[in-house]
Amino acid sequence: MTTTALEPGSPSAPPGLVLSIQDVTMVYPTEPPVHALAGVSLDVGEGELLGVVGPSGSGKSTLLHVMGTLDRPTTGDVIVAGHSVSSLSDRELSSLRARHIGFVFQQFHLLNGYTALDNVADGLLYTGMALYDRREMAAHALVRVGLGSRLMHTATKLSGGEKQRVAIARALVGRPAIVLADEPTGNLDTKTSDSIVELIEELHDEGASIVVITHNRDIAKRFPRTVSLRDGLIESDLQNGDH
Amino acid sequence: MAKTDLAPSRLHFGDLGRTASVGLRTRKTRAALSAVGIMIGIAAMVSVLGLSESSKWDLLAQLDRLGTNLLTVQAGQGIGAGSGQLPEEAAGMVARIGPVEATSTISAVDASVYKSDFIPSGQTSGISVQAVDVNLLETLGGRLADGDFLSEATADYPTAVLGSVAAERLGIRDVDDQPLVWLGDQWFAVIGVLQEFELSPNLDRAALIGVNASETFLDHDAVAGSIYVRTNPQFVDSVMDVLPASANPQNPEEIEVSRPSDALEAREAASDAFTTLFLGLGAVALLVGGVGIANVMVISVLERRAEIGLRRALGATRRHVAVQFLGEALLLAIIGGVGGVLLGVGVTAIYASSQGWAILVPTLAWAGGLTAAILIGAIAGLYPALRASRLSPTEALRTS
Repeated sequence: MTTTALEPGSPSAPPGLVLSIQDVTMVYPTEPPVHALAGVSLDVGEGELLGVVGPSGSGKSTLLHVMGTLDRPTTGDVIVAGHSVSSLSDRELSSLRARHIGFVFQQFHLLNGYTALDNVADGLLYTGMALYDRREMAAHALVRVGLGSRLMHTATKLSGGEKQRVAIARALVGRPAIVLADEPTGNLDTKTSDSIVELIEELHDEGASIVVITHNRDIAKRFPRTVSLRDGLIESDLQNGDH
Repeated sequence: MAKTDLAPSRLHFGDLGRTASVGLRTRKTRAALSAVGIMIGIAAMVSVLGLSESSKWDLLAQLDRLGTNLLTVQAGQGIGAGSGQLPEEAAGMVARIGPVEATSTISAVDASVYKSDFIPSGQTSGISVQAVDVNLLETLGGRLADGDFLSEATADYPTAVLGSVAAERLGIRDVDDQPLVWLGDQWFAVIGVLQEFELSPNLDRAALIGVNASETFLDHDAVAGSIYVRTNPQFVDSVMDVLPASANPQNPEEIEVSRPSDALEAREAASDAFTTLFLGLGAVALLVGGVGIANVMVISVLERRAEIGLRRALGATRRHVAVQFLGEALLLAIIGGVGGVLLGVGVTAIYASSQGWAILVPTLAWAGGLTAAILIGAIAGLYPALRASRLSPTEALRTS
């Protein structure tokens, strides 16, 4: 496998950006203050799949929250699908998340009383789409992730791997500009992790833009691009050549 | 490359109902228990108001039937109050008062009634004997349970009509077998049994015989002890004012005039006091129920931080989150309120039916009960809802 270094935030990043982070810092006002991000610039192009890897405390989760507009950076700007976060109100950020960003969490975060179908349909809940249409799109998404026979199973009746597939379907159902996955294999055994990573790769092959946050370097190296984070700074940004 | 043309996040009204009921569907027992508090409060208030209304209807129906224009004239008894007997000419004097429509006298007979002549004389069963006018039933608005009342024809003979309690104590339900009673050392034929006298309960425990029969067979000097007076309803007060002087011109102060319907109204007034007390207890139960809902909602917000974080990540605004939790509190209160109204109506229906009352639940009771439940739910849900909406998405996700 060969790798090529990219200048973070450089014009040489792939055209058609879905996400651009520009010199972002994040300081938590504790005593003493914690500099979770110390000036990070990163561009994610349309259809890109990249892994963000780093040890605990390197700023991975903070970076995901900032990329997902769940937190505003202390300084710098984040541009998602052409929208500058710094110029948006809280309500507009909610709208940005509803229409352009999909999330996958380590803990799945499924509603236990709901069926797989309704959990996925909830990915479109705040877009104003009618329930019938949401369920129809959710059914397609579930078929795509290999759970066509589990549509009406409640979340409690699904295995860990199936739950994560439902969560991935929920993140993708609205065809967002970018999907942000936070340790998507963190709660799964090795075999199930592999199947989830394969699913992510397939979805990428179909054109989805995906950022995977992981502490597992082996998983990160399987993706076309790997960004290493340490102490709130990008340590390296490598293109893995055989992709 | 920055754009700002973002369509706002939207949540359909139907979806609001679905999201607001998530907590209820996933935590059914807790939801049911917290709704019970509200239910008890509302049920107490609805049933108290319903029973009060139903019993008032019964009273009005009674008053309507019995009339509030019946007066009783009695001679006072005791030191300085008179001999306990009305003057002989009292009944005639009273009947001559203009607005008086009917009068009827009763006179206590010194005799006892027994089921047979084998019963020891001491076992009187507390039944008195009254010599009465034949129009007594009409004047009092009384009703027969069986048989006939005394008439001009039967009042001269040893015949008796039994009050409801007297008949029960003598073991006589009807007159089909032409029963006899041993009355003042003489057999009397029972020709009728009366229903309860609402306005004159003392007659329920009496055997009524004709005035002539009392004089002929029991050697009774039939001087009226009480006169029942039915007047024109518009002149009740005026008649009350002139009755003492009419009944006993020499000593009007020895005459007691009363209106039996006042006792019924006083009884209702006393039950009104209980109504207020129970309404107060219902309000306390409602308040406790509201605190219960607030408590459950606060716990729910703490437990469901992950869900709140997820919803914010899915695009919910702060308002969507607040409305979801407020909606949940309202749903709990409405479920409790509807359950309470149904329970209250059920209690009213069962009790009113058992008393023979009409089943009346005033609109104020059920509509007010539901409104109170909704208000309590809104107040109880407001703080938890605001608390949920103020939670930052990252904080909610991080602590999950």
